[in-house]
Amino acid sequence: MIRYLIPVLLFAALAVLLFTGLGKDPRVIPSALIDRPVPEFSLPELRDPQQQVSHQDHLGDVHMVSVWASWCPSCRVQHPALHELAREHGLPLVGLNYKDEPGEALRWLNQFGDPYQSIAYDPDGRVAMDFGVYGAPETFVVDAQGKIRYKHIGPIDRATIDDTLRPMIAELRAERVDGP
Amino acid sequence: MALRLRASLLLGVLLFTLPALAIDPMPFRDDVERQRFRALADELRCMVCQNQNLADSDAPLAQDMRNEVLRMIQAGQSDAEIKSFLTDRYGEFVLYRPPVNRATWLLWFGPFILLLAGAIALFVIVRRRARALPSKEIPSEEPW
Repeated sequence: MIRYLIPVLLFAALAVLLFTGLGKDPRVIPSALIDRPVPEFSLPELRDPQQQVSHQDHLGDVHMVSVWASWCPSCRVQHPALHELAREHGLPLVGLNYKDEPGEALRWLNQFGDPYQSIAYDPDGRVAMDFGVYGAPETFVVDAQGKIRYKHIGPIDRATIDDTLRPMIAELRAERVDGP
Repeated sequence: MALRLRASLLLGVLLFTLPALAIDPMPFRDDVERQRFRALADELRCMVCQNQNLADSDAPLAQDMRNEVLRMIQAGQSDAEIKSFLTDRYGEFVLYRPPVNRATWLLWFGPFILLLAGAIALFVIVRRRARALPSKEIPSEEPW
């Protein structure tokens, strides 16, 4: 009797394996940069090109690098979430304006609001490539020591803030008091 | 007349079969460069259209990556250096030929292991059946 069950069990195991695979989004690639220092960069500030925005600007604070562009529809969808993070959690947001046109980008910010502390202007996407960016929006959480701790691909939604970001930010902020 | 028509048709067909890199022509300095580039572009994955390699993809990011690969070739970087530049940023997924290490062991050898397991199972079952006396296998004479 048992012998006849073996194929059924094998099938069940395979079915479970494949079914869980179906639930995963194949477009989400785990980042190669987790726990590594944020890529070095120095780019002009979108709103004041005389100023430079660099990777060291927010060393000492837990902050977020947000890759966005005016041509990216999901960026508009997630924008209220960014406002909330900046306003209610006091999280410094560094924008990386990805392959965008400055006039369009500024117009977009005018229309939808500007939660960013600084915005690095990356028209050819060279710096974004250092971050391993392959689309917009993408978001990186950087700890106080300047290490990337988390990458979120796609728009940030309610669940992401409540389940992932808020606890993570609290944890990372608690971390820095203890030292490296 | 027929010969000229055939010749022009042949020329037309041949023009369409020239190997085409997906988009903008690249400024290769020589054939060696072009071949190195083609070899790499065939083995690297476009991160946006993830089922296409870098040579075939239309995506703007693919163009950026192609430019970067060519820039590195022209700067004298080796294939290994170029690949590790990209895997440092995008992870091993960017390689169409994943390296054989502990993490990818199952990916590389899994299918063969399954095939072997299936063959062994088949062998055992067939042998077991062949050993049993035929009369024992035939069900009783009752009608279906």
